[in-house]
Amino acid sequence: MSERIIEYRDALCEAMSEEMRDDKKVFLLGEEVAQYNGAYKISKGMLDEFGPRRVIDTPISESGFSGMAIGAAMRGLRPIVEFMSWSFSLVAADPILNNAAKMLYMSGGQFGCPIVFRGNDGAGGQLGSTHSWCVESLYANVPGLKMAIPYDAYDAKGMLKTAIRDDNPVFFLESERLLSTTGHVPVEEYTVPFGQALVRRQGTDCTIISFGRPLHFCQEAAEELAKEGIACEIIDGRTIRPLDIDTMVASVRKTNTCVVVDQSWSFASVGSEIASQIHRYCFDDLDNFVHRVHSDDVPTPYASNLEQAYLPNTRKICEAVRAATYNS
Amino acid sequence: MVGVKTTTSMDKTETEQNVASTELPHVQLEKSPMPESGILLGWLRQMLLIREFEVRTMQAYQNRLIGGFCHVYIGQEAVAVGSIAAVNPDDPVVLAYRCHGHALARGMDPKHCMAEMFGRIGGCAKGKGGSMHMFDAPHHLYGGHGIVGAQTPLGTGLAFATKYEDEVLQDGKSSHVTLCYLGDGAINQGAFYEAMNLAGLYDLPVIFVLENNRYSMGTAIERGTTMANELHTKSEAHGINHAIVDGKDVVSMYQSFKSIADWCREESRPFFVEAQTYRYKGHSMSDPRKYRTREEETREEELDCIDRLEKLLCDEHGLTRDGIKQMSRQVKTQVREAVEWAKKSPETPMDELYKDVYVDHWGLFTGTSKPQMMQGEDE
Repeated sequence: MSERIIEYRDALCEAMSEEMRDDKKVFLLGEEVAQYNGAYKISKGMLDEFGPRRVIDTPISESGFSGMAIGAAMRGLRPIVEFMSWSFSLVAADPILNNAAKMLYMSGGQFGCPIVFRGNDGAGGQLGSTHSWCVESLYANVPGLKMAIPYDAYDAKGMLKTAIRDDNPVFFLESERLLSTTGHVPVEEYTVPFGQALVRRQGTDCTIISFGRPLHFCQEAAEELAKEGIACEIIDGRTIRPLDIDTMVASVRKTNTCVVVDQSWSFASVGSEIASQIHRYCFDDLDNFVHRVHSDDVPTPYASNLEQAYLPNTRKICEAVRAATYNS
Repeated sequence: MVGVKTTTSMDKTETEQNVASTELPHVQLEKSPMPESGILLGWLRQMLLIREFEVRTMQAYQNRLIGGFCHVYIGQEAVAVGSIAAVNPDDPVVLAYRCHGHALARGMDPKHCMAEMFGRIGGCAKGKGGSMHMFDAPHHLYGGHGIVGAQTPLGTGLAFATKYEDEVLQDGKSSHVTLCYLGDGAINQGAFYEAMNLAGLYDLPVIFVLENNRYSMGTAIERGTTMANELHTKSEAHGINHAIVDGKDVVSMYQSFKSIADWCREESRPFFVEAQTYRYKGHSMSDPRKYRTREEETREEELDCIDRLEKLLCDEHGLTRDGIKQMSRQVKTQVREAVEWAKKSPETPMDELYKDVYVDHWGLFTGTSKPQMMQGEDE
């Protein structure tokens, strides 16, 4: 594969554009996606290529346009709905959870919902509490949807293409803080399948499991811990539904210790679910209980120092790994 | 035509896409002509079928064959029958939870409708939806939906889809119209305003059919809704034209809806129709109706939609009382057979629990399958 380095945001744009070229049933709608070229410039140039019938500016009306897109998906169209932020999806909770996720079941298999909801998830940096939602734990609770969290540009493109081709509703959680990161993205066609975690760093002493942006801090922590003689294995779960617990379990059976890093709050969370499953499947392998790193159990603060302390960060991850491996 | 105001079409150029109109010019629509006797007889049969079906639904509920929430349509039959008769069989229909009547009017076999409420595998949704969730893909019925008003963005989306299919996929002219029903309770849901705004903005051919039965559960419309006597103001605010139709007169419903549906189809524009009606029974099976008087109910029932059509058919189309009785007997038999069929339909098997969660197989999930009514396994 030819070497090519591009930004995460451009990888997303390529995924959407390629799928829209291949399938006229695919279209993009959301706030500022067309004439403004995207609030975060992810859809830059798409209006020019595909025109206003397929790249559609919506009013600030998340409940309405989410429901509208779901109605369109019931007829077999394949909408991509951009939430400027997943924080704003809360006002669309009824359509995305009650309609998208349950339509196939409630209609007894008659109407599916091939739709992608995508946008920024998690703290963008001093946006205050209402704009900093990590929705993964809230929404992962709901059967019927798939949930994908790409960490780098390669996965952003490959996983978004998989999401668009999926016949189920996919909640696709990007991160504002990752949009400008760059990575290798082949020119050649590829997709990244759902339900296959990726070992991003090999190690023998402690398994760190995470998704999305916190993986950056996991890697920083692993570098620091390596200097202390602790070799971390980092698992990027990639998708929460489906969850590739097998890859996680295989790693923990090797390292015998585990830290889960989840940027949502700790109570009833993705982190608590994974910890529960690791405890169950690795009961005889664990040298310690599964340690967890989350955002602190408070609304997201604005002040920069408080926000940094609140989020999962390198310091917290290092402390958790030391504790899990009896090195504290 | 009485009470119909409408805009002229806005011929937008490509560069004007998503630019909303700023005014609401008025155009008079003529009522469609009176259909022939055979059509009218068909409507009578449908309304009798719905009423008998709902009577037997209430009985089955009392006998605990039906669980959960159950809302019957008695009194409002002319709304579903008259409006659905005015659109094409492949035009999408979506609505709220009082949905048995629309399902039958749309063509669903009553046995699948009843079996759904019984929670049996023979139900339209294999017993997974229940009374509030009638879906019928072959008849383009996109569901009864349980959250008040939630179906209105879906209806907008169905209209978006038909327009997209016609114009983008087929490279032709938009040629469908969606019927999206809502009750007067849904008038106060934010989702409905968003749905109307989007429909107006994107020129979507959807008719929002307000079934104004004057009560949202136990709340009289005046107690919950501003401008309760001028509901057209709600749609005008979104650049959508309106009509007020006598929802107890199936002929008037049809004649109005035919003109409106044709116009929406031709112009690719939304419409808001207030069908004034009345539900004879409670909101659901547990409602003692203490919020209204028996006198009011009696007064409303005197204008019964079935009585009125029977009278019209007897007075002007040569139908006899014997003819009506014969039709009633046939309908009773049909519904009785539907109940018996539903009783005999097996309980939904356990392997259905993990079916239809996802289209594909993974983990515990076992993919999807179609209900019996789509498999040709009815008998």
